[in-house]
Amino acid sequence: MYCVKMNMEQKAIKHKSGFWDVVKSLLSGLSLTWRHFRNAKNRRTPEYVSDENYFKQPEGLVTLTYPYEALPVPDNGRYRLHNEIEDCIVCDLCAKICPVNCIAIESIKVTEDIGVTSDGTKKRLYAPVFNIDMAKCCYCGLCTTVCPTDCLTMTPVYDFAEIDIRNMIYHFSDLTPEQAKEKQLLYEKQQEEMAAAKAAALAAKKQG
Amino acid sequence: MLAFVLTLVLLLGIVIVLAYAERKVAAFMQDRLGPTEAGPYGSLQSVLDVLKLLQKEDIVPAAADKSLFKLAPILIFAAVFAGFAVIPFTPDLVPAGIGIGVFYLLAIISLDVVGLLMAGWGSNNKYAMLGAMRSVAQIVSYEIPAGLAILSVVMICQSLDFQEISYQQGALMNQFPGLEYEINWLFGLEALGINTTTIGGITTWNIFRAPMLLVAFVIYFIASLAESNRAPFDIPEAESELVAGFHVEYSGFRFAVLFLAEYSMMVLVCLVAVILFLGSWNTPLPNIGPVSLAYWTTGTVGSVSGILWGGFWLLSKTFVLLFLQLQIRWTYPRLRVDQLMHLCWKVLTPIALGVVLIAGIWRLLMI
Ligand code: SF4
Ligand code: SF4
Repeated sequence: MYCVKMNMEQKAIKHKSGFWDVVKSLLSGLSLTWRHFRNAKNRRTPEYVSDENYFKQPEGLVTLTYPYEALPVPDNGRYRLHNEIEDCIVCDLCAKICPVNCIAIESIKVTEDIGVTSDGTKKRLYAPVFNIDMAKCCYCGLCTTVCPTDCLTMTPVYDFAEIDIRNMIYHFSDLTPEQAKEKQLLYEKQQEEMAAAKAAALAAKKQG
Repeated sequence: MLAFVLTLVLLLGIVIVLAYAERKVAAFMQDRLGPTEAGPYGSLQSVLDVLKLLQKEDIVPAAADKSLFKLAPILIFAAVFAGFAVIPFTPDLVPAGIGIGVFYLLAIISLDVVGLLMAGWGSNNKYAMLGAMRSVAQIVSYEIPAGLAILSVVMICQSLDFQEISYQQGALMNQFPGLEYEINWLFGLEALGINTTTIGGITTWNIFRAPMLLVAFVIYFIASLAESNRAPFDIPEAESELVAGFHVEYSGFRFAVLFLAEYSMMVLVCLVAVILFLGSWNTPLPNIGPVSLAYWTTGTVGSVSGILWGGFWLLSKTFVLLFLQLQIRWTYPRLRVDQLMHLCWKVLTPIALGVVLIAGIWRLLMI
């Protein structure tokens, strides 16, 4: 079997080296490029791989003029992070698990009831700072898996290049610095009041 | 002087179109889009490239032989451009109609080689030197089959004047002074008894007047690819091994001139091929009985219609050949040096010698 194959190959090579075979192969080369040139009026459509047409476009130009056209990405694409701060309980789990330390969170305890997240968890902390540095992020997705309220998610947005690298830091906090200061003061005041109340209670106990 | 300016402007226009076509054709053959951003369909791309090149710094390497380095691009372009002087663009429009145009063209084109060597040597760069040496070796060897192919045309036409050769290949032949009583027979054979003098069109093109000129045409076309350093004979500029060959050290305006010279060379060899083999500015449509297509699509000599039709046919035939050059470039891989020399000395030259011999015998049958 092997021997037969060898023979066939040798014959094939010998067969292709005559003058007319060379001319024939030169012409077939020209006809190939000519065919591609003629098919240049067709263009591939930007379609997702699961679309029916995806594998049915063997001819035509394959280039997409990217900013104007783009191949669709899956709906569950895992690219840019997004935090739905309304649902965040500022538990700091995401910042702790992040392998590159690109999440920075600061927290202030609340002084009154500020409601619950959409899955019913009670919110006890404000987040005056919730920054994710997308330039450092390695898109491992660990932070989204640990998030207890599923508020930190990855979105299918992948084109977010910036001229200034500082713009790669995304600020998700919903508090302005002034509001944060105010909440901080409120919290400190409450602590003082509680301490005063405690001291008063202690004094009353001693007396009594 | 007017002819000089007009030819230069025409040449610049053609070269800019050609540079754009090269990119688009290359892109389409490789299933890409090519330039799309500059102007509609990227059509201003090559204009912008030229403007960009003109703004660039003109760098002369410190170790270069300055005078040779600076002179070389001008010499190369001048040699190619001088070739256009004898090209007849229409029945009565030749920049310089001299009687020994073919001889002059071959001689002046050879000067190109000197410029290439100056550029390669003057750059003081090993890649430039290698590129120039390869280029010169290639051009000098391929001038032989090309020259022999041209010689067979000259033998058939019995003239070194491009304009006379052009007139012979059409229905207007008897209007040329000196050719009043000449007769064109089909395939040049009087024995066949078919007089094509007034039929004109494609039947009087040189490749039909003497069929072995078809072989000569193929030989000339292959050799002309080598002379203009086009793929598959582009080992002098082989980007992958020599960076860019003899013009690796050039930048800015000088590079633009070299680039222009290269594309002008392509245009020139195609023009010469059209004039010598494919009927020059003559129409391809023959007169068929009362339907005198040839006369309708030729116009009257000396009037605007004659100039327009002549220029149209000449340029459209040239563009077909130029397209073929582009297609060949994007189809075939580069030849090795030994294959290059094998093709030239062992294949093309013997065949060309045979064609010259047959052309001589054919000429005897034609009179
Ligand atoms: S995806 Fe990974 S790297 Fe990016 S913020 Fe989340 S844990 Fe950090
Ligand atoms: S893990 Fe989720 S809930 Fe906890 S701080 Fe991060 S984003 Fe907020």
